[in-house]
Amino acid sequence: MSLVLEKRETPSRALTFVVPVAAIVLALLIGAGVIAIGGANPWAALQEMFLGAFGTSYALTETLVKTIPLIFCGLAVGLAFKAQLWNIGAEGQLYMGAFAAGGLALAFPDGQSWWLIPLMFVAGFLAGGLWGLIPGLLKALLNVNEIITSLLLNYVAILWVQYFIYGPWKDPKGYGFPYTAVFGEGAWLPTFGDTRIHLGLVFALVVALLIFFLLRSTKMGYEIRVIGENPQAARYAGMNIARTIIVVFFISGGLAGLAGMGEVSGVIHRLQPVISTGFGYTAIIIAWLSKLNPLVTVIVSFLFGGLLVGGYSLRALGLSEAIVYIIQGLILFLLLGGEILVRYRLHWQRRRA
Amino acid sequence: MDLQMVLATLSATIKAGTPLLYVTLGEILAERSGILNLGLEGMMLIGAMVGYLICFLTGNPWIGVLVATLAGGAVALIHAFLVITLRAQQVVSGLALTMFGAGLSGFLGKVVIGVPIANYLKPVTVPLLGSIPYLGEIFFQQDALVYISYLLIPLAVFWIYRTRPGLHLRAVGENPATADAMGINVYGVRYLYTFLGGCLAGLGGAYLSLAYTPVWLENMTAGRGWIAIALVIFAAWDPFKALLGSYLFGLVDAVQFRLQAVGVAVPSFFLNMTPYLATILVLIFATRETLRRRLGAPAALGLPYVREEK
Repeated sequence: MSLVLEKRETPSRALTFVVPVAAIVLALLIGAGVIAIGGANPWAALQEMFLGAFGTSYALTETLVKTIPLIFCGLAVGLAFKAQLWNIGAEGQLYMGAFAAGGLALAFPDGQSWWLIPLMFVAGFLAGGLWGLIPGLLKALLNVNEIITSLLLNYVAILWVQYFIYGPWKDPKGYGFPYTAVFGEGAWLPTFGDTRIHLGLVFALVVALLIFFLLRSTKMGYEIRVIGENPQAARYAGMNIARTIIVVFFISGGLAGLAGMGEVSGVIHRLQPVISTGFGYTAIIIAWLSKLNPLVTVIVSFLFGGLLVGGYSLRALGLSEAIVYIIQGLILFLLLGGEILVRYRLHWQRRRA
Repeated sequence: MDLQMVLATLSATIKAGTPLLYVTLGEILAERSGILNLGLEGMMLIGAMVGYLICFLTGNPWIGVLVATLAGGAVALIHAFLVITLRAQQVVSGLALTMFGAGLSGFLGKVVIGVPIANYLKPVTVPLLGSIPYLGEIFFQQDALVYISYLLIPLAVFWIYRTRPGLHLRAVGENPATADAMGINVYGVRYLYTFLGGCLAGLGGAYLSLAYTPVWLENMTAGRGWIAIALVIFAAWDPFKALLGSYLFGLVDAVQFRLQAVGVAVPSFFLNMTPYLATILVLIFATRETLRRRLGAPAALGLPYVREEK
């Protein structure tokens, strides 16, 4: 007996919607199983996670706070995916964006000028974009595998930022802790009411719309889609593939850089060794789930923001928030497997002699 | 730098290169069958955690190594099922495996963070060979897993190029349709080598936690799984070149560590970057070479095999 796939005449429409939901639910159930192995009550843990993420208005606002960098990174990774490019380096690009924006904020500690935050915004985008250019240029000009280069540069970027935090930018009044000084308030993104939700949320939504129109209504977007779907056709049509690869990596890195700018300017208000808890990696799943429909990216980012916040609340039960990454990996596994079922029927077949 | 320090650095080179060697060899086997598994980092982490945990529970590092090896193979089977049977996207499945492995090892390994173990794999001097001047100290005063890796590489070379199963392996990776027509079980071969690749990744991970630095820390592999992916390209899918590449990186690691120990003026953060930057440089060089000399990847690498119904 062996499992064989049989192509459906038409992809199952029902399954197109059922599969992602089922993947998330199943991943949570398997995650509960792992929690049980870890020695805790899985139902209590799942409940804690759900309440911790969506149960109270405070929880909801915290989930929204995490949603902001996830939208930026999700768009970043998704844009690259659209062109069949793998940008696994959003994490490092985020750190570089945070580094540049934070550097500006520290240079103008008393900056009350209206231009400081816009400048930090631009700097964050540029720094992330330039960091993204490295794998982009290597891919476009020398055909070097961008998965490996973009990923390895994450380690380099984090070490780079840490050097400054532990070294020249360390707060002299910080009792030796690895933090920079707190930014002047002129470098803080305004927040909504008493919450920690900052203006970055509005930026993220605007950027989502911009990317939507970039892909749908511009020549650039058209080229990205053709290169992603049919590189052969793109070549025959005389498109400049190398240029598109470079531009996509620059924009993609820039978007991830904005996530970093938002985190340090809107939430942390200084530089510290940990600026992102894997937003750049979570973004890979978000991008894959949403197939770069910007509206979907926003919604999926909100769900994953909830997963992150819910995961932290498990610390109260003495559990490691690493469960979040188990669940993320499982969602991606199940989604991949499930997508096959949309197009194929699966059944057992007796092996022929 | 005196002679003793050079010898110590070279000895550390072998030690630092060995986990990379196991993992790279495993990926070569999987990729030779046509399966790209980017989940090395995750499988290594699971191997490192499981090996440490089992050694802690049983007091026997060898049981730890064995279970870690099987654990790496077991999680590789998830990837195998998705990409071989279900024909899923190999890159994304590998990334999922990386996240899953990092999460699972972090979650289940929490109980042994910072808990010391009494028994781990300690160096054993080989009689006679160990007393060769200089070379003995570098190559033959290591732990047993290093010696096993010395044997494994020629064995793998022989297996791939000189045996019938090795021929089948290459056929499946180059042209699965022809291999199928020859009567080779394409799916079976791919499952087998993806599993073996996972086993070796688990073993490489266990080497880190049971021999290299006997301790378990979350994400202690620090990108070695990704460096190994680059090494496969550097090695042009050849086990012997994988040995050279692994020791080259072992050297980078050992030298930067030595420099930190003697306290050079370069901040440790920059020294810690060197393995990653070196990998990128090597990758650029290797990509140019493979393009120039047409040492391509196995032709069917990354592509699902669909049997044509007759």
